[in-house]
Formats: sequence, structure tokens, C-alpha cells
Amino acid sequence: MRTDTLPPDVAPGRNGIGLAIARLRDLALIPPIIVILIVGYFVDHTFLTRSTLTDVLSNMSWIALLVLAESLILITGKMDLSLESTVGLAPGIAAWLTLPKGIEHGAHVLSPVWAIPIALAVGVVIGAINGFLIVALKINAFIVTLGMLITLRGLLTGISHGQTFFWPKPESQTYLGRVSWLGLPASVWVVIVAFAIGIAVLARTRAGRSLYAIGGNVDAARSAGIRTDRVVWLVLILGGLIAALAGIIESGHLASVTSNMGQGRIFDVFAAAVIGGISLNGGKGSVFGAFTGVLLLNLIFKVLTFAGVPNQWFDFLNGAVILAVLIGQRILSGRTDE
Amino acid sequence: MAEQSEAAAAAGGDPAPPVVDATGISKRFGATVALDGVDLRVEPGEVHALVGRNGAGKSTLVSILTGLEPADSGTVLFGGVPAPTLGDRDAWRRIVACVYQKSTIIPHLSVTENLFVNRQTEGHRLINWRGLRRRAGELLGDWDLDVDVRRPARDLTVEQRQMVEVARALSFGARFIILDEPTARLDAAAIARLFDRIRALRAQGVTFLYISHHLQEIFDLCERVTVYRDARHIVTAPIDGISHNELVAAMTGEQVAEASDPRPPAPPRAEPVLAVDDLTVGVSARGVSFDVAPGEIVGLAGAGGSGKFAVASVIVGLRRPDDGEVRVAGVVQRPGSVPRALAAGIGFVPQDRHREGLVPGLSVAENLTMTVPHRLGQHGLLSKRRQTRLARRTIEQLDIVTRHPAQQVVELSGGNQQKVVMGRALADQPRVLVLMAPTAGVDVKSKRTLMDAAAESASGGAGVLVVTDDLDDLRYCHRVVVMFRGEVVAEVRGTWDDETLVAAMEGVELSRD
Repeated sequence: MRTDTLPPDVAPGRNGIGLAIARLRDLALIPPIIVILIVGYFVDHTFLTRSTLTDVLSNMSWIALLVLAESLILITGKMDLSLESTVGLAPGIAAWLTLPKGIEHGAHVLSPVWAIPIALAVGVVIGAINGFLIVALKINAFIVTLGMLITLRGLLTGISHGQTFFWPKPESQTYLGRVSWLGLPASVWVVIVAFAIGIAVLARTRAGRSLYAIGGNVDAARSAGIRTDRVVWLVLILGGLIAALAGIIESGHLASVTSNMGQGRIFDVFAAAVIGGISLNGGKGSVFGAFTGVLLLNLIFKVLTFAGVPNQWFDFLNGAVILAVLIGQRILSGRTDE
Repeated sequence: MAEQSEAAAAAGGDPAPPVVDATGISKRFGATVALDGVDLRVEPGEVHALVGRNGAGKSTLVSILTGLEPADSGTVLFGGVPAPTLGDRDAWRRIVACVYQKSTIIPHLSVTENLFVNRQTEGHRLINWRGLRRRAGELLGDWDLDVDVRRPARDLTVEQRQMVEVARALSFGARFIILDEPTARLDAAAIARLFDRIRALRAQGVTFLYISHHLQEIFDLCERVTVYRDARHIVTAPIDGISHNELVAAMTGEQVAEASDPRPPAPPRAEPVLAVDDLTVGVSARGVSFDVAPGEIVGLAGAGGSGKFAVASVIVGLRRPDDGEVRVAGVVQRPGSVPRALAAGIGFVPQDRHREGLVPGLSVAENLTMTVPHRLGQHGLLSKRRQTRLARRTIEQLDIVTRHPAQQVVELSGGNQQKVVMGRALADQPRVLVLMAPTAGVDVKSKRTLMDAAAESASGGAGVLVVTDDLDDLRYCHRVVVMFRGEVVAEVRGTWDDETLVAAMEGVELSRD
């Protein structure tokens, strides 16, 4: 190292510490998660049992998938509010097309074995429409997906007459929501696998890194030869697909699709992603961080349930806890780049 | 060039073809001719300067040389071989790279990743970060750059970002680098390091095209210089064979004799209406002092990076100084408050009319009267009638072409929009008028109208400060204070020639020969 090439502002000590902090940011929510687990134990000694924790993971599985989808889209520098409607509409259309006419008010144009492929296809189509409006027509993602959110919700209410679809038999359709493998519900396995793939792809593949490049500086990404429009479009489609998968899991879990499934939950999704370190400005954050975000929020709610908080206070606490976490994080980290 | 060829011939080999040989390049954008049959020849291993005032066509040439825009006509050869097709980005990247003023670094990603964006790995294989970091370290080490490759790029200084961009360009195999105003955001020490770096790379066979407004840098660094003016090639000469004066003359062109002196008569001596005392603004300006008398028009001139806009922003309350004070009619101003500045009688035209000057969704009348609600009615109520009447007067005075005062201001042409901004500055009959680049991007006729309005305001007793590098605007000034890299370096009064002004702005001493 030639001393005259050392830039004056780089003190080696600061350098090392800065790096260490940067690496730890992914793990930033681990200490609070441990604290919540301990608090939960003192609230109720049955909190730290396998069945309770499995319950938390299983209940949050569909929202965790939505967080994964939203995180990919946010990292690319866009947003998708309509995920909360896709999660209900995808299984809703599948049920409508496959259920018998009459008492179950289905259209029954297809055999029930098609339910899952149809649901996934609906997710893809919604993502493609969002992509068309955002990428091809260059309309702002916020307003496009807000419009889609309302339209899709209305479509589900329309085809279901505001009532509940029962998720079609045979049992294979509800399998994912109900079966357990190696002692964990299948839905939890789906989440684990989906996040593992997400973490690996975003950290270790060119395609994954291109999301960060686009979200961080779209002109630089384009000049590096990345087909930015195509990638954004694909990410939006993937987001719709993952939301549909979340819908399949949740409707399999409940064995039904209600017309308000997912309604009002997009705020939780954004909050979990942001708490987990995803930047609303794009180009920043990790899928693992987003997972810890959604896990932390769900653990807090489980503790509140165990503490006997009445149901009618849950919405208030939901919002208040999220705001408190955001404020606490802002104060503790001293970051200003959000 | 002739000597070089002879030298090569004497050495017994063919002379290497020029790194860049562009001939007869023309480019139009709509009605605007950006380049009119220009040439550029850059020999291997030289640092070649390209200079010209704003609008000379330098940026357009860079776009063509980097394959971002096609030329309308003319040919570009790189090392004797025709330029690749426009779509073949990889081929372009192997030949040429440009480090723009606007960074192409992705801030949240590491230095490593920035070096290898979109080529972190072959095909669909998994990225080996450890290996990639090692390669990044080697790459930077090859060019003697000491930057921690694991750090996010946002932590780098401007200087380091530039060098990372240069290293990235070199890693593609490019040995021809265009530097577009690389020193605009650097301090003196960083500039010296940059020059050392450029010389070291040149010794290793890298060729540079160096674009700068600072002529002294060109004399320090470059072997040859090419001057463009008004989209045309004026001269290419070895730097040893051209004097400062000749270079400035080539850039500014022949003097167009002004029909008459546009200035109002110089005012009698009086207490200054505006005094700036020992002002320091971050790294932009240090210890700047000057004053403006009632009825006087003073120019505050300087090239990009001179700090003139920083000083002006402090005067009008848009920025807070680190040290020093501003007095209006002897009263010290509270720093960093635009409302106070307006109340003290300062009217101003901000530098960026799109960002600070106009509210695009509102009408011409609303924009014109925005600073003077107290003249439109009482108790916070606005009278539409008074607003329209006041607006009509300004529209007439400044010759603003608008169908109706209620027309949306965005529907106006650039020159007329600028007149609205000027009208707003004049609306309250200011004691001090601060005009930042008041005629930037407006046509000749509007220019005159705008500056005549400023002169009229001075005749009425206002002190006018024109902050610009536009020589035509400076002709209206009784006095010009010149800044260079944050300091006042010269002051001219009475009559002067443009060469002196340009030389001072560019930071060169004119030799008296």
C-alpha cells in the first residue's frame, strides 16, 4: 500500500466498525425477537413451547409470503398495494370457477383439480396487468396498485355476492393448509423454502442483484446492460404469483375464501418489510431482514393475546405497536436515509 | 501530429492510428444545431482537452463518442476501426468510457458490486462473493487505488467514486477515458491527486479526453487542446503552442461590437444598500466581501464551482452561512430566512426557475403576485381583481407573452416563464435585487427585456446584483466581482474586455504580451 494513495478521509478503524455494523444490520431484529420471547415466557410459561411457536409461524405464513413479495418489489424501487386483494381474489376466482352451482354459488366450469393452477394463474395475470400499467404506461406504482387494490377487492365481492366460498374439495386442495411434515405444518415449510430461495437468489445470483441495481440507480443499471423494464415487469408478476400462493395456503388453512380475505393487511406487510430493513426508496434491505420483521410483529401479537388483551383493542394495538417499533428503530439507529 | 508521424517513421514502424478519429460530425436536435461538422483527433497516450463555453456542443460529442446517440452525419473511428453499432453496448464498453459529473455509482451496493454490476458471475451460476471481492481488490490494486471493496459505495468521497468508475471502465478493457468536468466537485488537494492519477494511467498507456471549464487545469495537465464554439470546431493545437489569451479568444470568438452601453448612468457615491462581509459558506465560499450601492448594478461572476450561487443563496436567505454577515441598508440580516430577506426589501430570481422560481400548477397572475399578498387585500383575504390588475401591469412592463393572466404558467415558453420569475422579484419594488443566472436558457430578445428591466429597477434606486457567468448580462454591470473556487479573485469596473473577465473566471493569469 502506497501511503500517498490513501484517501485522507478513510481512517482504518472507522472503516472496520462501519463494515461490522453494515453486516449486523441483517441481524438487527434478532435481539428484540429474543427479548419478546423472554417477555412472552414471563407473561405465560406456555409461550415458549413448540406448539405456541409453531402456531405463530403457521398463522403468519400467508402474511410472510406477502412480505416476501412486497420486499422484492420494494427493493426494485416500485411498490404493490394490490397484493392484499390478490391474496383473496386468486383463490376466490379458483373457487368460483370450480365450485358447483346453486348453494355454493360457484360457476362450476372446471374440475376442482384445477383450483390451485387457476389461483396461481390469476396471480400472474394481476402482476402482468400491474406491470403493463407501471412499466409500459409509466403510471406511478402507488396509484396504479391502489386502483388495482380496490378493483380486485370489488371483483371478489362481486363474484362471491359478498359471501364466503368454501375451498373446493377434494382434500388435496386443502392439503397445503392443513398437513404437517416432520412436525411442522406444510404452510411453514412453504414459507421457509420460499424465503430460503429468496435469500439465495437475491444474494447470490446476477438476476437477484439486478433488483438492487435497478432500485438503487436505474440509469446506472441500464447502462450496465440490465434490461430494467423487463426485470421490473417480471418482479411484479412474481409478486402476484407469490401473493396467490399465500392465498392458496390461507384458504386451505381456513377451508374457505371470505370476500374480505387479506383486506386492510397491506399496511402490516409494508410495516414488516420496513421494520426488517427494506427501504421504501428501493435498492436496500434483505429478504432475511424482512422475515425477521414479520416474525417480530407476529410474536408481539402472540404475547398480547397471551396477556389477555381483549379483541376489540387489537386494531389499535396493531397500529400502535408498528408505529412504536418504527419510532424506536429510528431513534436507536439514528439512520436518516429512510 | 506531424512531428509524431515523423518520429514514428524515423523509428521504422507505422504510426499507431489515433485512438479517436471523428470527422465531419453533425447533429441536430429539432431546430437546434448541436454539432456542425466538427472534428476530433485524439492520439494514443495523450491527455487531450476539449473546451468551449456552454452550448458549444461538448456534451453532444461525448454522447456520440460513447455510443449513446447516433451522429446525423460524419464518421467515428476508434484506433482506425469504425465505431460499433449503437446497440452493441459491450463493444462500446471495451473501447471507451465516460466519467460523467453525474455519478453512475449505485450507493447502497458495495464497491465490489459496483465494479461488477451485471457481471458478478458467468451466466446463471451462483455468485462467489469472496472471489469477486478478491478480483475487485486486485483490479483496484492494479491501478493503485486504495478503497475497501466491501464498503457501500455511498461511503466513498466524490474523488473515490470517480476512481472506482475509472477502474470499472478499465476493467472492461477500455483504454480511452472521457472525463467530463471531473474537478467540479473536488477541492484543490483532491484535484492534485486526480492529476497524479491521470498521469500515472497515461504512463500505462491510457488515453484521456479531458473536458473542463478551468483553463488553468488544461495548461497543467493536457498535451493538446481542441476548442469548440457554437457547435463548430475552432482550433486544435498543442498546449505549448497556444497562449492563454489565444485560447480564451478562441472560446469567446470575435468581439461583437455593442451598439451602445446598456448601463444606466453610474450612481453617485452613497452608503451601500447591500453589504456582504467576510462570508463563508461550507466549502463553497471563503471570506467573500463586497457591497452594492443604490442604483448600482454589480456582477458576481465565476465559472461552475466558483461559489457565486452559494453566496447569492445566503444573501436571499436560502442558505445559512458558516461565518460572516449580510447587511441591507446597514441592518444585519438574520441568516437563513427568506421571509426576513423579502421583508428587508430583497427581491430575487432563484437559480433554478423550475424548482424554486415557479409553481407550475398556478396561473401567471398567481405566480406573479405570490410574494406580495399584502398588496392583494387585507386580513389574509385575496382580491382576485387586484391580483389581475397587478399582474397585467407586470405583464405589460416585461412584455410577457400570455393569452391571459389566468393562463397556466407552464404553458408559457421558457423565456416568458423566466420573465414571470423576474416579475415576481420586482413585484414589491425591492431595494436589493439579486438575479441568479437570470437569462439562462432564454432567447436573445427575452434576455434584453429581462436585463433592461433590471437596469430600470436600478435607475429607480435599487441595488442590483447579477450572479452569472454570461458575458452579455455582465455588460449591464457597473462593476464585476469575480469569484474562483470560493474566493474573490478580481474586481473590474468601468470598462473592461471580455478576455480579462473570462480569464479571471477560469482562474488563469493573462500574460501581458
